Amino acid sequence: MSPILEIRNVTKKFGGLTANNDISFDVAPGEILSVIGPNGAGKSTLFKQIAGFEKPTTGEVRFKGERISGLAPHRVARLGVVRTFQETTIFRSMTVRENVIVSHHLRSRASLLGYFLGTATARADEAEFARSADEIIDFLGLGAIRDELASNLPQGHLRALGMAIGLATQPQVILLDEPFAGMNHDETMRMVALVRRLRDERGVTVLLVEHDMPAVMKISDRIVCINFGEKIAEGSPAEIQANPRVIEAYLGSEDAAIGM
Amino acid sequence: MQNQPHAAPLAAGKGLTMPKMLGVAAFLAFVFAAVPMFIAATGRWDFYYTLTSVALLSIGAAGVWLTFYIGRINIGQGAYALAGGYVSAVLITQAGVSFWLTLPLAGLFCALISVLIGLPILRLRGVYFAMVTLVLTEVARLTALALPVTNGAKGITSIPLPGGVSVFGITLIPDFATLQNPRQAFYFAAIGLMILVYVILWRIVNSRLGHLCRSLQQNEELSASIGVNTAWLRIMAYAISSFFGGVAGAMFVSISQSIYPSSFVVQDSVNFMLYCFLGGLGYVFGPMLGTLLLYFGWDLLSVAGKYQLLIYSGAMITLMLVLPNGVLSLFDRKGGGK
Repeated sequence: MSPILEIRNVTKKFGGLTANNDISFDVAPGEILSVIGPNGAGKSTLFKQIAGFEKPTTGEVRFKGERISGLAPHRVARLGVVRTFQETTIFRSMTVRENVIVSHHLRSRASLLGYFLGTATARADEAEFARSADEIIDFLGLGAIRDELASNLPQGHLRALGMAIGLATQPQVILLDEPFAGMNHDETMRMVALVRRLRDERGVTVLLVEHDMPAVMKISDRIVCINFGEKIAEGSPAEIQANPRVIEAYLGSEDAAIGM
Repeated sequence: MQNQPHAAPLAAGKGLTMPKMLGVAAFLAFVFAAVPMFIAATGRWDFYYTLTSVALLSIGAAGVWLTFYIGRINIGQGAYALAGGYVSAVLITQAGVSFWLTLPLAGLFCALISVLIGLPILRLRGVYFAMVTLVLTEVARLTALALPVTNGAKGITSIPLPGGVSVFGITLIPDFATLQNPRQAFYFAAIGLMILVYVILWRIVNSRLGHLCRSLQQNEELSASIGVNTAWLRIMAYAISSFFGGVAGAMFVSISQSIYPSSFVVQDSVNFMLYCFLGGLGYVFGPMLGTLLLYFGWDLLSVAGKYQLLIYSGAMITLMLVLPNGVLSLFDRKGGGK
């Protein structure tokens, strides 16, 4: 099967600092792939380049064979690669439902003028967005809080809302930035199940950056480990756990960090 | 108009419900019937001029409010009011174009230059954008001083009153010069224009367009990652905002029949912003109410003589501290939202 996403020799420099150095790997359709690495290894920078928020200094990112690195974020999103955010970024003063409805932007068929005038297409769009938003909200189990203001939500719900926003765009590849951060064990396990369902029921390819090693080992089909901006290992969770370079990267806290 | 009978119901939510329609009807009856009757009864004809000014300023403020709605502090509306005024004045005096045609042309001209100006500066956020817009008004004034077509410091004077408009021999708008009371005619024209502008604004905010603007205001990065072309949306909103500014400026010029580089200065730009703050940034009709309150508030305070500015500024600061979401938040029982 040809890869849905190809990361090809991506290098990113900020002045004298090399955040990513010649990173390459493929993501297969329907895969759950985690990118791990110690703090400051360059994981988020890599994500930003995939989603179009940063342009690689050299190298490129291809989606279904088409180059997407260097495109504006909204163009990348339009193609089907959507990023959720590390800092639980949501539209704070909208309700959960409004958040999800507004995020259906990519599916709109009416023009902005059409929305202003309230044409038949625009009204059909709005009805469809509302229906789809309710469906996504139910899928993620957010039904009870759909009319709650987003700024009032606890951490776990915010994370799910971020995912709902991502799903509303109907992505083919979703980039989850630390979906389990700050969660207790139960919340993490619920989230792991959710991410699985995302892939199994909706066919979304999932790429995630994460620190929570037990969760990563549990959820991932494959793992890419980077350290100091370079890829040091790639493989199945079992291979990664046994990889001496990975252990070295987490040295000093290897048992705790790798979670075994 | 002081009571703003429509404000509370319209601020509450979206969709046209019964109380809202009643509120709108009451507002229309008030501005088109009650105010003229009151003025005719008391003989205070100067009120027409005051209320006309309020209506026109609130059109400019509506534009500023829209830029606030996408998360930008706009202190440059005076520049577009000035530009719109000059476009109208030049077209009338030098090309003999009908005033009514110059009105949309002035708006379009401002929208166009705002696109050119907005392309680079709308990337800026927060105080940086605010500073650049603040400078814009001064740039506009200096440009008006320097350009030959604007006649420098002498300005353009003796601009004829708006002519009539008739279609197939039916007079739609009478020639203002033949009217015995052009003040009243200007009042009706300004109020009509204001209502049109606020209907447009209300529609923008309550359509999906408004939701996208809110998404931009709350988080531009997330907005981009759900596929919104944020740069394009910002430019659109800024262009509409400047269109309103240009139209307001053009109408002002036709009333005063003259325009100078100092017709709109930095103080006016700041005022446009204050009207929005005072009325409430979360409410479509906030700038309208804010303009009314500030304009009349300033006039009423003239009884305080030399303490006028002190009391006025003190009241402004207090209001912003006590009602950070504007006066209209008093009527909003839900707390927050539109």
